[in-house]
Amino acid sequence: MKITMGAVVLGGTSLDYKTGSWRDQRPVIDQDLCKKCGICESICPDGCVYQEEDVYLIDYDYCKGCGLCAYECPADAIQMISEGK
Amino acid sequence: MSVTQVLEGSEAVALAVKACRPQVISAYPISPQTHIVEALARMIADGDLDCQYVRVESEFSAASVVSGASAAGSRSYSASSSQGLLLMTEVLYASAGMRLPFVMTAVNRAVSAPITIQVDHQDTISLRDPGLIQLYVESSQEAYDSHIAAFKIAEDPHIMLPVLVCMDGWILTHSYERVSFIGQEDVNAFLPPFRPANFLDVKNPKTWGSYAEEDVLMEFKYSIHSAMQYAKRRINEIFSELAEITGRDHGGLIEAYQTEDAEVVLIAMGSMVGTIKETIDKLRVQGQKVGLIKIRCYRPFPYEEILESIKGAKVVAVLDANFSMGSEGALGMDLKAKLCNRPGAPIVVDFIAGLGGREVNEARIVEVVKKARQVGESGLPLDEPYWVGLNLKLVEEGAGK
Repeated sequence: MKITMGAVVLGGTSLDYKTGSWRDQRPVIDQDLCKKCGICESICPDGCVYQEEDVYLIDYDYCKGCGLCAYECPADAIQMISEGK
Repeated sequence: MSVTQVLEGSEAVALAVKACRPQVISAYPISPQTHIVEALARMIADGDLDCQYVRVESEFSAASVVSGASAAGSRSYSASSSQGLLLMTEVLYASAGMRLPFVMTAVNRAVSAPITIQVDHQDTISLRDPGLIQLYVESSQEAYDSHIAAFKIAEDPHIMLPVLVCMDGWILTHSYERVSFIGQEDVNAFLPPFRPANFLDVKNPKTWGSYAEEDVLMEFKYSIHSAMQYAKRRINEIFSELAEITGRDHGGLIEAYQTEDAEVVLIAMGSMVGTIKETIDKLRVQGQKVGLIKIRCYRPFPYEEILESIKGAKVVAVLDANFSMGSEGALGMDLKAKLCNRPGAPIVVDFIAGLGGREVNEARIVEVVKKARQVGESGLPLDEPYWVGLNLKLVEEGAGK
């Protein structure tokens, strides 16, 4: 790493770091139970829930498995599944 | 064109800041700092100053706003005191590390508990380590001049560090003194607009204060220290350049007063310096060879100049308006650290004086000189600092002795 004044470095590089490998539990959406309320999308701290056509999906490249979406889902449509299994 | 007026110290500071054309100001009210930012807020509200004033819910947020504004390339300013300054501590460390050159007035006030609004230097001394340049002033005039110098020092492309102009609460901020102002044209010529090499830009995203592993963190920290060392030369140059414009020379990093032949040299900073100078003049009439070093710039610590000015002294009396619990005063420690291992170094006596607004008057300064002489003549340095005007009986009674 170069020593720059103020440790100022190139920004916008977070997409290069696939943090999904940090995860030990993955959220899985049961599309039959999902009511499309969008709470999971709005509360995900990493912006890993996205909508494709009418369906909510999770970007596992970056999801760290915090479980907030599963905790908040009013329809209990999201289950946290251990990565070990 | 220069104008002279009698006005409150806070108002003089506000006028200095206004003349520097800040683009963002953010502060949270705390005594004795409040009059400064009130005056600036009024100037903005009246349309006399084109600047964004951001109201916040705490000093932590105020520091964060000026830090962000500075990163965005705006000349930024804040002010605080005491607990308020300490609440900013985390942000100030980050700001120094990110090399953000805003200016703050640190209006000195003792730190709770017990709570008080009176002056001492405990608050700013607690902020001596992050990489903040610290200037201390003796008078309202010096406060005015130092603020104008402060922006130029902070924004020097090789310095790029926050600058704190430390001024004693009430004694300077709330008393009325005669102050001469510099014409706006002269300030503009002295202090060009702030144009940093890097600034926050959505079209060209960058990260400030990036993550640094153990292989580079020491290098980053050392580069702040290098900037501080470089700043010593630049601060002297900038003070001289300003003195050319104003015709007022307050000195460089230090001001040496009557030190040439002095046997006893006092070292102090802030408003007590004025009283010390008066007392020295009287002691000189009595034939006592006493001098004073006024510290104008405490960080970076100008030890080269201090050592030069105390070369002939037998004893040096440091007046610390702060105390490191369980140890001693900060200025005394700084000086002793630099004198240690130097042959022929004078004896240093550390005096703790003026905590929580305890008056440092002529009688107490005479007491300091007398005590310093005694220690100097005995040749035996004191292990513990000497607390000026301390009522030990009260302490003992309180402890049930």
